[in-house]
Order: sequence, then C-alpha cells, then structure tokens
Amino acid sequence: MVGQLTKTERQFGLAIAVLVTLLGLAMAAAGRQDLLGVHGLIVVAFGVGAAFLVISGAHLPEPAKERLAHYYDDPIKVGIILSMIWAIFGLFIGVWVAALLAWPELTFDAAWSSFGRLRPVHTTSVIFGFGGNALIATSFHVMQRTSRARMPDQLSPWFVLIGYNLFCVLAASGYFIGITQSKEYAEAEWYADLWLVVVWVTYLVLYLRTLARRQEPHIYVANWYYLAFILVVAMLHIVNGLAMPISLASAKSYPIFSGVQDAMVQWWYGHNAVAFFLTAGFLGMMYYYLPTRAGRPIFSYRLSIISFWGITFFYMWAGSHHLHYTALPHWVQTLGMTFSVMLLVPSWASAANALLTLNGAWHKVRDDATLRFMMVAAVFYGLSTFEGSFLAIRSVNSLSHYTDWTVGHVHAGALGWVALITFGAIYAVVPKLWNRKSMYSWKLVEVHFWLALAGTLVYVFAMWNSGIIQGLMWRTYNESGTLAYSFLESMIAMHPYYVARTFGGLLFLTGAAVGFYNIWKTIKEAPAVQEETAPDRPATMPARVGTVEAGE
Amino acid sequence: MSVGERDPHTGHMTTGHDWNGIKELNTPVPKPVLLFLAATVIFSLVYWVLMPAWPLGVSYTKGLLGIDQRTTVETRLSEAAQARANWSEALAEQDFGQIAEDDTLMAIVRHSGSTLFGDNCAVCHGDRGEGGPGYPALTDGSWLWGGEADDIWETLRVGVNAEHSETRIAEMLAFGRDGILDRQTVLDTVSYVQSLSGAMDGLDPDAVTRGEEAFAMNCSACHGESGQGDATMGAPDLTDDFWIYGGDRNAIYQSIFHGRRGHMPQWETRLSPVERKILTLYVRDLGEQAR
Ligand code: HEC
Ligand code: HEC
Repeated sequence: MVGQLTKTERQFGLAIAVLVTLLGLAMAAAGRQDLLGVHGLIVVAFGVGAAFLVISGAHLPEPAKERLAHYYDDPIKVGIILSMIWAIFGLFIGVWVAALLAWPELTFDAAWSSFGRLRPVHTTSVIFGFGGNALIATSFHVMQRTSRARMPDQLSPWFVLIGYNLFCVLAASGYFIGITQSKEYAEAEWYADLWLVVVWVTYLVLYLRTLARRQEPHIYVANWYYLAFILVVAMLHIVNGLAMPISLASAKSYPIFSGVQDAMVQWWYGHNAVAFFLTAGFLGMMYYYLPTRAGRPIFSYRLSIISFWGITFFYMWAGSHHLHYTALPHWVQTLGMTFSVMLLVPSWASAANALLTLNGAWHKVRDDATLRFMMVAAVFYGLSTFEGSFLAIRSVNSLSHYTDWTVGHVHAGALGWVALITFGAIYAVVPKLWNRKSMYSWKLVEVHFWLALAGTLVYVFAMWNSGIIQGLMWRTYNESGTLAYSFLESMIAMHPYYVARTFGGLLFLTGAAVGFYNIWKTIKEAPAVQEETAPDRPATMPARVGTVEAGE
Repeated sequence: MSVGERDPHTGHMTTGHDWNGIKELNTPVPKPVLLFLAATVIFSLVYWVLMPAWPLGVSYTKGLLGIDQRTTVETRLSEAAQARANWSEALAEQDFGQIAEDDTLMAIVRHSGSTLFGDNCAVCHGDRGEGGPGYPALTDGSWLWGGEADDIWETLRVGVNAEHSETRIAEMLAFGRDGILDRQTVLDTVSYVQSLSGAMDGLDPDAVTRGEEAFAMNCSACHGESGQGDATMGAPDLTDDFWIYGGDRNAIYQSIFHGRRGHMPQWETRLSPVERKILTLYVRDLGEQAR
C-alpha cells in the first residue's frame, strides 16, 4: 500500500498523521473532564496508526512510473471491505433494536445498550458506514473509468477514505457513550462535523481534479450524480451543523437555530440526505454498473438529463413534508407537499430509464443474480419514491405520520434500493478489482439475493401492516366521541409485526454475512484472470488538448 | 464529432458517446413522462391557488379556500367538544352517587375510562389496574388512602409525594439505614409483620414477640396498633395479603430497613375535572368487576 505512494506523498502523509495525532492529544487534554477526552484518544489512535503505517513503508523504493498506466484501485479495495464490515455491524445493531421493540428486556442493564443509543448507531453505521464507504469506493472506480484517467495523486483518496471512517467511528462510538446533537442523521457533535467538512472538501476537489484530467470529451451521467451527491451533502452538512460548542473542552454544542426554524433546517437536511446521499449517489452507482453488467446502452440520454435536473431541483423543496400538521406554517407544508408530488415524475423516469436499459438483456437478469440485484433495486426505487410522494400528501400523512409506515417506507428505500444496488455493484466490481474471473461462488450470490429480497419483503410488509393498523387505532373514536384505543393497546397490537420485522432483518443480515464470506473467498481463493482481454487502463493519449496535468 | 450508431435491439440511434463501453441511446423522452409531469405541475398550480402557499415577505398567499391548519384544528376541537357535551356536562354536574346509578353514563365511563386509564395510568398500575412491584393494585379493595369516590378523587387530584402544594405525603422511614433500629430489631419486626398476615410457618416465636414490642413502639403510630393501616397517612394495612412492594421476607426487610416513598403523580394540572371524574369512577368500577 505505502509502496505505491511517492516519497513526497509519504512525507505529506506522515505530516498529516502527526497533525491528527496532535489534534487528538489536544482534544484529550482539553476534554479530560469530559467525554471529549475519550474521543481525543480515538483520534490519537487513528493518527498514530496512520503514522505507523507510513513509517513502516518509508524504506520502500519510489514506485515505478509504470503505475501511471493503470488506474489507482487500492483505496477502492479497502473502501469496499470497510463498507461490508460496516454493513454487518450496522445491520446487526438494526436487528438488535428491532428485537428490542418486540422484547424490550433483550438488553443489558447499561446505558450504552439502551434503545435510544443503539438506534443512531444503527442508522449511522448503515447509512454513513456501509452506504458512505460504498459510495466513496465506487465513485473512485467510476470517475476513473468514465474519465479514462487515473486519479491525480495517491494521497488524497486515502485521506478521504480514512478520514471519512474516522468520522464514522467518532459518530457511532459517541452515541454509545452518550455524545449526541439529537438531530436525526446528524447526531455527531461539532468537532466530528468540522472534521467531516475537511474530508468532504478534499473529496470534492479530488473528484473535480480527476474529471479535469479526463480523456473523454463528455462527462458521463454517473459523474453528475456523484458530484451532486458530494456537493449538496457538503452544503446540507454545513448548514444543518451550524452549532456553538459550550466550550472548546466539551463535546456538547447547541445548534444556532431554534424552535420551528431548527426543525425546518433539520428536515431540509434530513430529506435531502435521503435525496442526495441515498438517492443521487446510488443513482450514480446504478448508471455505471447496471449498463456495464447488462452490456446494454442506457435507454435514453434525454431521460437521464430531465430526471437529473428534476431530482436535483424538486428534492430541495420537499423537506417540509416531514413536518405536516406541526407548528410549521401551513404554506411551507403546502410547498413541501406539492414539490414532493412533482418529484415523482423524475424519480420514476430514473427507475424507468434503468429498467428499460435492461431491454435486450432480460435473459441475463434471469441468469445473473448480480444484475438481478440491480434490477430489483430499480424496482424498489420506483416503489419507494411512489410511496414517498404519496405519504407527502397532507391527508395521507395525517394517517401515516409517527407510525411504522414511515419506518417501512424508509426500509423499502434503504434495503430494497440502496442496499440491493450496492450489493449488485459490489459483486460486479470485486472480481474486476482483484483481477478474478468471477466471484468465488455464484451460488452464494444467488443465496444472498434471495435472503435479501425475502428479508426486505418481510420487513416492509410487516411495517405496512403495523403502520396502518397503528394509524387507524390512533384515530378511531367510539360513539361517545372519545378515543377508542389507548396507545398501550396499539403497542400490544404491534407485537406480532415487530417479531416479523426482526425476522426479516435477520434474513437480510444473514444475506450480508454470506456476501461478506463470498467476497472474502473471492479475494483469497478465486482463480485470477491470466491475460487481460480488454485492458482496463486509463487512456494514454490525451484526447483533448489542455487537459493533461503535470501528473505526480 | 460523436457519431451515433443504430442499436440493433431497439432500433434507436446512440448518442455516439462511449465511456468505458457504456453507450447511450438517443431515445426521445417518452410521452407519458411529459404528460405525467404536466399533470403534477397543474395539480400543484391549482393547489397553490387554493391553499396557503407562497411567502410574500412577512405574509404569504392565503389561498382562495381560506383554509389554515390553525383554524381547522380549533374548529374540529370545538366541534368534538360539542359532540361530547350531552354527556360531559352531565358528568360535570352530577355527583358520584348520581352518576354511578345512571347506566348510560356508566357505560361512557367504562369505555372512555379504559382509554384514559391505558394512556395515563397503565404504565404504573398495569393494564387492568392489577398493580405490580412498587405500584399498588387498584382492584384489591385494600386502599392506602381510602376507597370512597371522594378519596380516590382527592388522590388523583393531588397525587402522593407529588409536585402539588397539597400533595398527600406517604413516608415509610428507613428504620435500618437511618439507624433508628438495629439490624436485629428490624429482623424481629419483619417476623412480626409476616405473622400479621398469618404466615407463621418457619417463624421464630421469640422473634415475633420481640417484634411485636418494637412494632408497638415504632410502627403503630402510622400502621395502627394491630397493623391494620391508616388511610389518613397512607400507611398500608399489613394484616392482609396485598402488598405494594412484596410480602416475602426479603421485600419486607427492604421496606423496613431502607424505607419506601412511592410516587404517584398529581393529575390536577394534566387532566380535566371530567376526565378525573371518569377515572375515579372507572377505578372503583374496575375493583368491583375484579371481585
Ligand atoms: C408513575 C407511576 C404512576 C402513575 C402513572 C399513576 N400512579 Fe397511581 N399510584 C402510584 C403509586 C406509586 C401509588 C402508591 C402511592 C403511595 O405510596 O401511597 C399510587 C396510588 C394510587 C391510588 C391510591 C391507591 C390506594 O390504595 O389508595 C390511586 C387511586 C391511583 N394511584 C390511581 C391512579 C390513576 C387513576 C392513575 C392515572 C390517571 C394513576 N394512578 C397513575 C403510581 C402511579
Ligand atoms: C411515618 C409513618 C410510618 C411509620 C412510623 C412506619 N411506617 Fe411502614 N409504611 C408507611 C407508609 C406511608 C408506607 C407506604 C409507603 C409507600 O407506599 O411508598 C409504609 C409501608 C410499609 C411496608 C410495605 C407494605 C407493602 O405493601 O409493601 C411495610 C412492610 C411497613 N411499612 C412496615 C413498617 C414497620 C415494621 C414499621 C415500624 C418499624 C413501620 N412500617 C413504620 C408509614 C409508616
């Protein structure tokens, strides 16, 4: 790994590692009376670990110029493995919290293991740990391939990947020990947020630099989506993260917004995190891996364009549909609702574009579980965006809000769309990255596919049922005009669905574990490709004048 | 410069771009997509005209229908209150005795009481008022503060050890921990308390006698001379089989050694008088039905 870095990069890497260590020491010293100190120690551990890694390879010779004739894939490999580790961990915590709702006593008599702390650990691990690492890794792969250019340097991808995982570790470990901003999907505290800004800006710059080096005249759609993801997430994260720490020696901070403004900013963030993290990024993934796997051209270039701009424009307005019937002014709710309804069109156009791309390749969908992962993901994308627009309608929302229907909706998207497209992409990319003929076992991919699909369906059906029953029980009046059911009775009615949901989650987790094993075996044992038939290399000849940069 | 080619499967032209083997067809946007887009946009435009929608500096467009969620909710609430008025007024005016004799009113007490109880009381007192460790059963006929409707009404109003200026106060002293009695004497009183409810098996008669003396000295002021309890102080009857904290030797020892101070919230500021009246009657009714 370190052998691939140039001497200068090694020096810079070491400098960054030392800087991070010093920062960690400062945090640990200043925050020794506070939980911040614990996080300081974690940062120190990261910094020292990275420094150690660089030093252990410092004696290696300068890498050969030959490397520049290849894409730079090492960080992608590590990113894929990290993504799978986070998946297993996050899904496990998910099954645990699901079980807690069915059997509340299934926990330890300790604060860290209470539902309120485990739940954000679950969401952060699966969204940011699993999803985020998969997005970073695949984006590195896609941007190089579709630009036919190697990344401009070898240090910044590592900085982005390791730095991002430091953020994820700080976030998840913080919830266990009781550090949280209490903002959903933005629970991490101010110092972790600041760190993420540094990492994210580096990521954006790296992406732009690679695109600038491209040897293709046009920028492929997948890159637009990845760029939208990077750019908008930066904006959302910064605005929603604006907060004032109570002191530099404390982990605690308070958001600068308050009351209904804070709620609005939070859900503008929250919904656009769904839009630009969980949708745009993964659409980028889909636009590359689905057509390459199917061997078919994208159904319609024009459809790609209108859905891209439709999605980026409409989503921005939709966040207030999370706050129907609240203190938020009525007119803001109206805007949230109507833009959500219009949003359905570009969403479905994207799903249709994906599915129609498969025309002429349906026999492959039947035979190849990897492609089927992506096909089913596109179907779930269509389903959950329809459901989303539907739930955003105020009168529907009055039934669904605060019920498990919302949870079911999120998981139709998170399991059915995000996780399935990611698994499909990972199965497509792993053999290529490690230069294998195919995955270790196609049967295990098949097993994973059916476990994942069954798990998702069981989960989503259970939550539809429980959500609608809940919603109806909460609004049923008896003839004398008082509520017919107490909240407790609705909880009791939920029990069977909570058991089913736990089972569905368990299936999904098992599938991911099978996938992890298969990937591991592929890396360790699968036979290598002997000769490159179609060389997977950056273009050597500059296709456009003036785009070639000085290299390293 | 990019030259399209014809895709043999669909017959459409490609755009001529090629990224790492990916091509794109130049298929025109399908008609249904455009129609659908037009439909949703028209829907939104109409909706904006009818409903509060766009900000105008300090104000906003109010919409032709003049609907606003605040007024909607206020009207709905007052309509609902109106609909309940026929019986809620009767409940407010009549006293407990009158209501208890009115079957229609008692039917309303039962079904609306069940939801009120489930939402406010069941977490502590159990789904059917059966109680649990630390929380008294409301159905056993053994009352700490008296079982008449007026007693229960007052317990609900002010709570026990609650945040209310008139709250009922129940304090079982920590005889052991605070050093009022030595350990042996505490153990003796445990034996005596056990004997009160007729559980003589395995008890040392000497300890019971010693315990009886200690009880007369330290406990009877609250629990009564024969341990039958005192509803003015919320001191439980120790001679019956009903226990708040448990009737086994260890639980009784814990009660006497460490003391007890149960917390029952006050409901005066949280539930309306009619709701509290319903609950009072409902709790009494629960007990009658359980027996
Ligand atoms: C936080 C737990 C809690 C809740 C909620 C609660 N109670 Fe209680 N309640 C208690 C405890 C503890 C006691 C015993 C207090 C004492 O030590 O005297 C008690 C006592 C009572 C008593 C007196 C029993 C007696 O023997 O005299 C009544 C009646 C009662 N509760 C009714 C209700 C009703 C009705 C509600 C719902 C509106 C309710 N409680 C909600 C904890 C609770
Ligand atoms: C100041 C008045 C007072 C004195 C004195 C007092 N108690 Fe109590 N005792 C109470 C009250 C009030 C409770 C109920 C506490 C609650 O519900 O939280 C209680 C509860 C108990 C209980 C638990 C009953 C149950 O149902 O679980 C036992 C046992 C008990 N007392 C025994 C004794 C003994 C033995 C003594 C003498 C050593 C004693 N008490 C002295 C007021 C008193």
